[in-house]
Amino acid sequence: MVAALAVGLAAMFVLSLILGSTSVPIGHVVAALSGVSDDTDPLGVVVHTIRLPRSLTAMLAGASLGIAGLQMQTLFRNPLADPFVLGISSGASLGVALVVLASGVGAPVGFGAALGLGGDAAITAAAIVGAAGVLGLVLSASARIGNPATILILGLMCGYAGSALVTVLVAASEPERLQQWAQWGFGSFSGVTWERLRLFAPLTVVGLLMAALTTKQLNALLLGETYARSMGMPVHPVRLITMGGASLLAAVVTAFCGPIAFLGVAVPHVCRGLLGTSDHRALVPAVVLMGGVAALSAQTLSLLPGTTGVLPLNAVTALLGAPIVVIVLLRTRRGTLSA
Amino acid sequence: MTAVPLRIRDLAVGYRSRRGRCAVLKRINATARAGELICVLGPNGIGKSTLLRTLVRLQPPLAGAIELAGIDLMSMTQTELGRRVGVVLTNRIVVDTLSAQRVVELGRYAYSGWLGHLTGDDRRAVDAAIDAIGVRHLADRDVSRLSDGERQRVMIARALAQEPLVFVLDEPTAFLDVSGRVELWALLRRLTRERELAVIVSTHDLELALGTAHTVWLIMPDGEMVLGTPEELVAGGAISAAFSTPNIYFDRHARGFRVAADESATERTTAS
Repeated sequence: MVAALAVGLAAMFVLSLILGSTSVPIGHVVAALSGVSDDTDPLGVVVHTIRLPRSLTAMLAGASLGIAGLQMQTLFRNPLADPFVLGISSGASLGVALVVLASGVGAPVGFGAALGLGGDAAITAAAIVGAAGVLGLVLSASARIGNPATILILGLMCGYAGSALVTVLVAASEPERLQQWAQWGFGSFSGVTWERLRLFAPLTVVGLLMAALTTKQLNALLLGETYARSMGMPVHPVRLITMGGASLLAAVVTAFCGPIAFLGVAVPHVCRGLLGTSDHRALVPAVVLMGGVAALSAQTLSLLPGTTGVLPLNAVTALLGAPIVVIVLLRTRRGTLSA
Repeated sequence: MTAVPLRIRDLAVGYRSRRGRCAVLKRINATARAGELICVLGPNGIGKSTLLRTLVRLQPPLAGAIELAGIDLMSMTQTELGRRVGVVLTNRIVVDTLSAQRVVELGRYAYSGWLGHLTGDDRRAVDAAIDAIGVRHLADRDVSRLSDGERQRVMIARALAQEPLVFVLDEPTAFLDVSGRVELWALLRRLTRERELAVIVSTHDLELALGTAHTVWLIMPDGEMVLGTPEELVAGGAISAAFSTPNIYFDRHARGFRVAADESATERTTAS
């Protein structure tokens, strides 16, 4: 199954390079990928400078959001947990908004070009602080409340509060920036250039590795923290590492691509359904691959191939993801959410 | 075998809050020997779960010491603890999709490599635990689709795979029907003998417990813990004193509860 997903990811990757406002023949794509094409081939330049970094970004962002969602679903033992639902993405957005507005530069999608990697680093750091802040708040509340439904609502409220603050900050910014902010809110993989990928890629890979190296702990958590502890797992360090990893992934993606909904919650469920197990040793690689497939599909669809129109990325992920969430809710047995 | 895997000295259990400590049980002294099946009995809410949670370090003791195979419980690493104590709790586990085999394998957490890789020893322990509990036929089934009794047996097999010295179960029969309860008690009795385990079980199955356990730790309504064999505690009237109310009494010959005579019940109804 993992092999099939890998093939699917490779196919989707190539497809995302071919399709767009103008479709590029596969020969040019192959040439651009192998570095044979020169600067005189305009299609090769399009593939190399625009589509290749965008597709790489989509792949990494999808994998990151999927893994962050998986970690949080396991940690909170809640099938609906993901960075967006629990307000983590909003916390990250708030961090981004504060830094961008304080520095007086444009919206973050065009921000890397304006300030270079130093600016990206500042935005990313602020996003991580915001994400970790919200996650810490929700998790400390979850230690006291214990009722998963209440924690979910608390996370939603944190998310609304964070989004509201972002809106206030944005409204206070100059009118000509509003358009850029709206664009950022739609979510986009296009803002990450080769230059910015040099920061984006290592950060996401670190986050993904943190999940890949803690599959044993995540599996033990499937039985709940009490059982995990009784079997020999030190709960607090594991909780910290998992939270840290999920915050890092969600924050980095939000800083570079905007708040992207539904991938985090939907991808782990699709993988559980495909694999028929919650075992993280199988699930983590599957979620990485499936996250890439889902993000590339959403990205390619949002470009409305063959036309010059573009759909907001968040609209596409929501239209793909919302039905999946509904199916999960309907299939979830009684008691899981109200336990 | 007269090994004493668990020794409790002057233990006080309870909760710490900002206002201070609230001891639920105090000055507990007890031991658990290898091959001994111990039942913790007492009225609802008296602190049975608090005691068991303290014994397996899910919460810290307020005072006193717990020794596990001669080592202070509080000084152990989590891994050392995971290799010495197996735990089964009341609450139903909610797992999406995981085979019973994988659940039992989770019991090897404290032994397996850092990525959870199982060695030959791990596989042998898992196999032995599955066979000892008789859940081989469930191994490939999804635990979320098992009955409560089957799932509880899988959770016990998982704890057994930890190869513990002490096995602690908090009301393991709470969700089971009558035949499930009887079977579980028989299973615990057999495990205690075959595996030379010290088994400590809290329960409300008074009559089954009295018929099965070697030793009873009886917590009286005033919070004092009385130790003895079932026979001693029944004959001495401690069981009766702990559980009798104006409406029911404990018949020590039949080892069961009886409703108090009808006329007295009627009197009380009319009086109130």
